[in-house]
Amino acid sequence: MKPRILVLRAAGTNCDVETAFAFERYGAQATAMHVNRLTEKPALLAEFDGLALPGGFSYGDDIAAGKVLAIELLARLRDPLLALVDRGGIVLGICNGFQTLVKTGLLPGISARIGTQDVTLADNDSCRYEDRWVTMESVSPRSVFIEPGQRLHVPLAHGEGKYVAKDAATHKKIVDGGYVAFRYVTEDGGVASYPDNPNGSVDGVAGLVDATGRVMGLMPHPERAMFAVHSPSWTGAALREDDEGAGAVIFRNAVRALR
Amino acid sequence: MPSPSPDVFRIEVQVKPAFSDSRGNSALAELRGLGLAGLSKVRSVRGFALALPGGRAAAERIAREALADAVVDEATVLEADARPQAPAGFAHRIDIVKRKGVMDPAADGVLRAITALGEPVAGVRTYTAYLVAGTVSADKLADAAARALGNAAIEDIAVDAPHAIDPTTTGHGGAFTRVDVPLPGDDAQLLDVSKKGGLSLSLVEMQAIRKHFAELGRAPTDVELETIAQTWSEHCKHKTLAGAVNCDGRRYDNLLKETIFKATKDLARPWCISVFKDNAGVIAFDDRHHVTFKVETHNHPSAIEPYGGAGTGIGGVLRDTMGTGLGAKPIVSTDVFCFGPPDLPASEVPAGALHPRRVMKGVVAGVRDYGNRMGIPTANGALVFDRRFIGNPLVFCGSVGLLPADKVEKGARAGDRIVVVGGRTGRDGIHGATFSSRELHHESETLDSGAVQIGNAIQEKKVLDAQLQARDLGLYTCVTDCGAGGLSSAVGEMAEGLGAVVDLDRVPLKYDGLTYAEIWISEAQERMVLSVPPQHEAALLELFRREDVEATVIGTFTTSGRLELRYRGVEVGSLDLEFLHHGVPRVVRSATVKPGGEPEPTLADEVDLNATLERLFAQPDIASKEWVVHQYDHEVQAGSVIKPFVGPGQKTPSDAAVVRPKLDSFRGIAIGNGICPRVGDIDAYAMGLLAIDEAIRNVLAVGARFDECALLDNFCSASCERPEVLGAVVRVAEACRDAALAWQTPFISGKDSLNNEFRTQNGTVQIPTTILISSIALVVDVRHAVSSDFKRAGNAIVLLGLTRPELGGSAYYAMHGRLGRCPPRVDLVRAKAVFTALAKLTSERLVTSCHDLSDGGLAVALAEMAFSRGLGVDVDLAKVPAADGEEHAPSIERDDVLLFSESPTRFVLEIEPQRLRDVERILADVPHAVIGSVTGDGRVRATSLTGSRVLDADVQHLAHVFHHSLDLGSAMAQDAPRGHDKDSR
Repeated sequence: MKPRILVLRAAGTNCDVETAFAFERYGAQATAMHVNRLTEKPALLAEFDGLALPGGFSYGDDIAAGKVLAIELLARLRDPLLALVDRGGIVLGICNGFQTLVKTGLLPGISARIGTQDVTLADNDSCRYEDRWVTMESVSPRSVFIEPGQRLHVPLAHGEGKYVAKDAATHKKIVDGGYVAFRYVTEDGGVASYPDNPNGSVDGVAGLVDATGRVMGLMPHPERAMFAVHSPSWTGAALREDDEGAGAVIFRNAVRALR
Repeated sequence: MPSPSPDVFRIEVQVKPAFSDSRGNSALAELRGLGLAGLSKVRSVRGFALALPGGRAAAERIAREALADAVVDEATVLEADARPQAPAGFAHRIDIVKRKGVMDPAADGVLRAITALGEPVAGVRTYTAYLVAGTVSADKLADAAARALGNAAIEDIAVDAPHAIDPTTTGHGGAFTRVDVPLPGDDAQLLDVSKKGGLSLSLVEMQAIRKHFAELGRAPTDVELETIAQTWSEHCKHKTLAGAVNCDGRRYDNLLKETIFKATKDLARPWCISVFKDNAGVIAFDDRHHVTFKVETHNHPSAIEPYGGAGTGIGGVLRDTMGTGLGAKPIVSTDVFCFGPPDLPASEVPAGALHPRRVMKGVVAGVRDYGNRMGIPTANGALVFDRRFIGNPLVFCGSVGLLPADKVEKGARAGDRIVVVGGRTGRDGIHGATFSSRELHHESETLDSGAVQIGNAIQEKKVLDAQLQARDLGLYTCVTDCGAGGLSSAVGEMAEGLGAVVDLDRVPLKYDGLTYAEIWISEAQERMVLSVPPQHEAALLELFRREDVEATVIGTFTTSGRLELRYRGVEVGSLDLEFLHHGVPRVVRSATVKPGGEPEPTLADEVDLNATLERLFAQPDIASKEWVVHQYDHEVQAGSVIKPFVGPGQKTPSDAAVVRPKLDSFRGIAIGNGICPRVGDIDAYAMGLLAIDEAIRNVLAVGARFDECALLDNFCSASCERPEVLGAVVRVAEACRDAALAWQTPFISGKDSLNNEFRTQNGTVQIPTTILISSIALVVDVRHAVSSDFKRAGNAIVLLGLTRPELGGSAYYAMHGRLGRCPPRVDLVRAKAVFTALAKLTSERLVTSCHDLSDGGLAVALAEMAFSRGLGVDVDLAKVPAADGEEHAPSIERDDVLLFSESPTRFVLEIEPQRLRDVERILADVPHAVIGSVTGDGRVRATSLTGSRVLDADVQHLAHVFHHSLDLGSAMAQDAPRGHDKDSR
C-alpha cells in the first residue's frame, strides 16, 4: 500500500499543492487537509503515515512566522503528533512548516519532545523578504530524509529564517548532537556569508532534525526543485533523461522510509 | 475617542538586547537616510492592544505564550491607560497606530492565537513603536517618522505622546432615514449636486439623470445617484476610449471598437476564447485548460499610500482573475511601475507628494506582502523613471490565471441567490472609482484618504481556496469581484439582462454606523459576489464556513429589469437597469496630434566608450532591478522555468518569464512587457509600435511561439480634455491596431487610466502618455526554452535585425539630457519576417542563448549576456547589419550609434558553430550577420568601423555597476549588533 501523507493546510498556506505533488511523484498518497478538520477530529491523524507542513504564511504570520499555527497544534494535536512519530511516521516542515515546528518545540526537541522552544527563526538580518537560490549541505547522520554530505542547489523565499538558539550552550548541544539537518554553504562547500547565507543564520543552519531522525524542517523549498528546469542555470547543461531536480531526493527518501 | 473599558491591556514586545533587532536597525538606517545623523540606536516595539475579559492574568499568559518569542523576545504588560515613554538610555519614543476604520490585517491572526489558547477576547488592535537614542528634536523626529516609518494618510504618528488605543470595534449606529436628492432645474446648481456628493458626474450626465427621474416623476435617492455615478465613472465605463473622437478630421464613433477590438475581431484567431468581455482575456492553453490575463493600474491610491495602494492593486487584479469565467486560479503576477527618479533631492519634492524613493519602497513592499502571502509568483516586471511621475506614479499589476476549459461560460439566473463572500464591509474605500477619475493635488493626501485601503491577503487567499472548491462542485452559476464601485458595480453587472433585489441590512459589516448608501458603494477589499441556485445554497454556505470564510445571502436575482435596494424593509432604490447600463450620454471629444521631439543633438565624439557603457549601467532604467526582484516570491507554485535573472548566480537579466502552469506537464507560457514613454515624447505612434515590438521580442527571445501570442493594452495619460493628450492616445490606439493586424497578434484585454496629473503650487504636472503592452505566448515544451546568458566560449554571435541611427528617446540620449527627434521606427513587414524566423530557429533548437536589444542597445545586451559565467564577447561593428542606402536612413558612421542605437526588432543570438549553416538557411531573407564570438576572457570587446578597438571593458566590473546601482537598501547584517550570535559561532 502507498504510504499516506497528510499535507496540512491553514489560512495562508500556499505550497500545499506542490508539496503533495512531490510526495505523490515518489509513490505516496498525499491528502491536503484543512487544519479545522484535524482539530475537529484529531484522531484522523492516526490514518496517516506522515505529516507535511508546507510553506506559506499561516494566518498571515501575524505575531511571528508559524506562531499561530504552532499554538493551535500544541493546544489541540500535541498527543496525536507524538504518537505519529512513535509509530514510525515522519514529519516534514518546509519554510513556514519549519517555522511552525520550531515554535511548537518539536524541532529540535532537545529539552522536551514538544512544547519547549529552545531555538527560533527570527527576522532575516537584511530585514527583507529574500527569494534566491542557495546551496545547502546535509549534515546530520540520522535524518531519514537525506544522507550527510549531500550538496543541494535549492530555492528559498522567506522574511523570517534566521536560526538563533537561546544561548551558546544550547547551540553547541544542537550541533554536537547531530540536530543540524542542513547548513548553507558556498557553491564549493565553504562557509557562507550573505547572500549565500541569506538570512544570517548562526553557523549557517538551514534545517533541523529531531532525535529520531524522522522529524525534519528546513527553510529552503525542495518541492520547488523537483525538476531540472527549476534551476536558474538549467539552460546551460544537457537535461537528464528523468529531468530530476536537486530537491527530489528528500521526497524519494521520505517515501522510502515509510515503506 | 471613547475611553477604553477597564479590561484593555497593552502588550509590548521587544527583541532582547542580546539579539539583533533588524526592524529597529532598518528604521535607524531609514531615519539616518533622512539626515538625522545624531541618532545612535533604534529599537522596535511590536504593540498589541487587547480587550480581555480574563484580566491581567490572561494578558500575561498571552504575552508569554503567544506574542513574545520564547527565545529572542521579552514582553511588557501595561494597563490600558498607560502612556509608555522612552525608557532610560533612549531620548524619544515614536508611536504609529492605524486610524480607526483602517484595516489591521494582523489582528486576525492574534485573535486566532488567543482563541486557541482558550482565552476569551473582545478586541485586538496592533501597533508599532520605536525607541530612539541619540540627539534629535521631537519635531524633526516626527517629521522624519512621517516620511520614513508611517503614513499620515492612514496612521497617527506621535512622538513622546502615545494616544490611547481602543481595540474594540464598536461604531456609532443611528436611526435610519431614506435620503431623497431633488435635482435642481438650474444647471449650475445641478452640477453642484455632483461636486458636493463627490460623484464626478459631468453636467451632461447630470442632465440625463435629471431627465430620467423627471420622467419617473420623482427625485432619485442618494443611493441611486451613487450607483449611477459608480457605473458611469470613467473607471468602470471607459467613456473616453469607447467614445467618439474627432482627431484632426479623422472621426471615430468608438475609438477602441474601431481600432483594437476590430483588429482582434478581424483576426479571429481560433485560440482566442473570450476577449474584451469578461474580467480578463482568455486564450487556449491545452486540451483541458485555458489561461487568462489581465493587467490593471492602481495609480492614485499608490500616490497617497504606496503600500496599501499597491497591495490592493495586486489584490484587485487577482480578484479579476478569480472573477473570470467561473473563476480562474491565479498562477503568475506581473508588475510594472513608473516612478520619479529615486535620487531626487528632497527639496525638489512638491508639497503633497511623497519622495519617489518612499513611493518605490512602499509600492514594492505592498506588492511583495500581498502577492507573497497569496502564494502567487511575481515573475515579470519593469521599472521606468521620469520626473513627471513624481506626484503621480504608475502602478500596473497583472495577473495570469488557469481556467478549466469547461468553466468559461457563466450567467446568473432568475431565482439565484446573491451571495457575498469574503471580507466584511466597512467605510473604507468609499468613492475609489470616482476618485481615480480626478486629478491629484497637494491636498489629496488628507482629503481622499478614505479612498485608500490596506489589503488583507490572507482573507483573499481563504476566499480563493473556498471559491475554487465551490467552482469544481458546480455550486454557483456566476461570479464577479467587488472592485471599483463595490457591491453596486458587482451586483449591477451580474443583474444586467435580469434584475435583482438586495437587502442592504444583510451585508455583514465591520462596525455599525454605515448608511445604506455606504454599504452599497464601499470598496472594502477581498469580497466576491456569487449567484447561487437555491438548491445549492446550503452546501455553498457550509463549504465556506468550513474554510472560515464568511458567506452571506444578501438578495435574489429577478426578472424585473430593475435593481431594487431595500434597507430594514424600506425601498431605498429602484433603478432601471437599461438606463443604468446604457443611459450614459456619449462623449464626443476632439483630439489633435502634436509633433514632439527636439532637434537631433550632435554629441561630441566619445573618447572613452568603456566609461560610457559603465555610466549607462548605472542609470536606474538599465541598472539591475534585483533589489525588487529578490523581495518577490517568484518560485511559489513550483512552475518557474525562466526566472527574472538567469545563469549561475542569477546574474543575467532575462527577457520574459516562462512558467509551467501544471506540475505534471512541460507545456508553458511566456510573459513579457513593453513600455517606452520617452519615445512617446517624440511620436506616440512610434511608441505604440515599439512597445508592442518589445513585448513580442521578450517572449520570442525565450522560445515562445509567434503564432500563439496575445497582447494586452494599458493606456495611461493626463486628462483627455486636452486635445493633444487625446491625440497621442488616438495614435497609440492606431499603432495597436496596425501591429495587431500586421503580425496577427490580437489584443485580448485592456484597461485605461486617463487622468494622471498632479497639481502643484507651480502648475499641473502631466504624466507622459504611456502605453504598457503585456504579452503572453505559448511555449510548447519548456525544456526547449532559451535563456539570455552566454554558455560557451567559441560560439558565434549573430545580430538579428537592422540597426539604424535611431537614438531618439534612447537611454544614451537621456543620459546626456537629450531627447532627439529620430525614435526607433518599427517596420511592420520586416519585423514580421524577423519574428517568424526567430520562432523557427528556437523551435528547431538552434539557439544557445538569445537576448533582445532594448534600453542601451547592442552594447548593453552583449555585456548582460556575459555577466553569468565569466565569459566575454568580441564583436566587429563593421559587420553590424545597418540600414545603409535606405531612404531616409543615412549610413551610420559613428561607433556610439552602432553600440547604443535602440532600433527595434533586434536580437543577439549565441549559436554553436556547427549549427551556423542551418541558422543561415532560416535567416536567409532577413537582415542578420555573424558579428563576432563568445570569448573566455571576461571582457566585452568591440572593433570600430575603422578597425581600432573601441570598446574593451571588464565584464565583472560592469556587472558590479549593474548589480549595485539601484539598491534602496535596508539595515544589512554587518550593521546589526550581534549579541550572543557571535559567541555561538
